[in-house]
Parts: sequence; structure tokens; C-alpha cells
Amino acid sequence: MAKVKGAVIVDTERCKGCEVCIDACPTDVLAMSKEVNSKGYHYSFMANPDACIGCANCAIVCPDGVITVYKKKLDQ
Amino acid sequence: MRDEMLKDIISEENLVYKKTDLMTDNVLSYCPGCGHGTAHRIIMEVVDEMGLQEETIGIAPVGCSVLAYEFMNIDMQQAAHGRAPALATGIKKTWPEKFVFTYQGDGDLAAIGTAETLHACNRGENILIVFINNGIYGMTGGQMAPTTLSGMKTSTTPFGRDTALMGNPLKITELVAELPGTQFVTRQAVHTPAAVRKAKKAIKKSIELQRSGNSGTTFVEIVSNCNSGWKLPPVQANKWMVENMFPFYPLGDIKVNGELVK
Repeated sequence: MAKVKGAVIVDTERCKGCEVCIDACPTDVLAMSKEVNSKGYHYSFMANPDACIGCANCAIVCPDGVITVYKKKLDQ
Repeated sequence: MRDEMLKDIISEENLVYKKTDLMTDNVLSYCPGCGHGTAHRIIMEVVDEMGLQEETIGIAPVGCSVLAYEFMNIDMQQAAHGRAPALATGIKKTWPEKFVFTYQGDGDLAAIGTAETLHACNRGENILIVFINNGIYGMTGGQMAPTTLSGMKTSTTPFGRDTALMGNPLKITELVAELPGTQFVTRQAVHTPAAVRKAKKAIKKSIELQRSGNSGTTFVEIVSNCNSGWKLPPVQANKWMVENMFPFYPLGDIKVNGELVK
């Protein structure tokens, strides 16, 4: 069966650290960074990138639209 | 190894989701986790998908979303407090072929703008009214709004809203559904991916109804959070909304094709 792998890119400067994406992620990929952006917000990042399935749930609920999602089928 | 794999995945042909170009790159003025941002984005996504950028005129309200014209990359006009449906009426009558919508909060639509809202809906103006209901005046510091729940704490009701003293919460969406001028009235939310998809469908249906020339107002309420006003972190605010707002403001269609949904 082809395996689906996903990846997200977070626009860290626009992220406000509301954590709604973390709540929406079905595979617990996202977490809050220890670092802050120039506005002082902790931002979301892929803490567990191997688990991402590219479902785009995080991007759909992101109030600030900072998440871009990619998905690829891997032949294995 | 992992970096290489990510590099392989992150390329233009594998793109699944990206913020629509109809949202500008300006940083939203809303608090972290506010439903306004998602509501803006889904309206713009539908307009983008239907290719209506040049055919759309939006009306910004007074309230937290007063700067909506800074974020939506379409033609917009900002109305006096509560008067968005009146302005939309004028614009729609001048350019009947355009898609016209208002974007209003509960303080704007259900308090100072009640008369304009009810009369525009009763006349059956062929416009879309998007109503963001978070049960509080967010911009001015979390005061009680007409839609504040019974017993809900706000800065002007620190012991909870006492309905004997302060009156009852107003279900304006049910009220406009009773009017003969409305053709599609629904209540949605944007707190989960499923809810966002449903809300998007409702907005798409409203645009299609307006474009098809069916006369009658379409009214989409979006129950939203106000984590700053409710004094809760965003994720907890969404949970509070599910537990407290939804029992009083149940989600779903209220009026479809001019018939009340029983």
C-alpha cells in the first residue's frame, strides 16, 4: 500500500501561538516551540514530522492562515 | 535523511492547502485563536473558488472586525455602526449583478443594528449577512451584549447575567428566520475542521442563491469564541463554547428554500 506523507510549513512570524492547530491535529504532529517570534509569541512547529499525513486539519482551523500543507504518496 | 524527505515532500506539485490570495498578507488584528480570522478566510476561499473576486462587494461593520477591509482583498466599504444591511441594500440596488455581503458581529447586528437587520431581512434584500456571534462586546472590553447567555460573566455583569434585571439573551437568527423575506438561514461554527467545512458549504450555498437571482436574504450565523472576553485560553474557550453556547444556539439550518426546518 502506498504510504502518504505530509509536511506543514508554519509562517512563524504571523503565528500567534493559539494552539488550536495542536488540538485539531489527529496524529499529534504539532507542538509549541520554546522560542518566540519577534512579537513574543511561541509558534507552532512540526515536533513529530514522521507522523504527518497531510490532512490539512491544522491549516483549516488556523485563525491566522499561517499554515501551508504538502502531501506526497510514497511508493513502498 | 529526515530533512531530505521533507525537502522531497515540500514542493509545489504536492501542495494541499495554502492561505488564499484573497486574504492579504497583513497580520490580522484579532486576538490569538479568535474565530474571526477563520470566518474571514472561509468567505474569501469560497469567493476565490467561485472566481468572484471582481464581482464581490463586502461591507465591514464596527467592532473587532472593523478593519476587515484590510484583510480581505476585495472591494469593501465600512458602514456606520449597525448600518451594514442598509448600506448593502443601496449597493445591491445600484449593482444588482454584484455579490454583496455584510460581515457583522453581535454588538453591531443584534444591538445597535437590530432595526436595519430586521428591515433588510423583512424586505428580502438579495444580500448575504454573515453574523459572528460570540455573546460579548469584544472590542470595547468584554461588556454584556444582547446575545450574552443567561448567567454568563462579562465585565458589566461580573456576577453573571441576571435575566430578571438585564433581560433575556436574543436569538436574532431565529427571529429573522420567521420573516418572509429570508430564504436561507443557518447557524454554523468554526472551531473544528468539520465545522469549518460545513460553514464554508453554507456560505457557498448563500452565494449561489444570491447569484442565481432568487430573491430573499441569506443569513449565516457563525457562533464564535471570544477568548479574551471570556478570559479563557483559545482551546478552552472553544470547549466552553461547545458546552455552553451550543445548547442555547444549536448549530444547523433554520430555514431552507424559504421553509422553516422543523
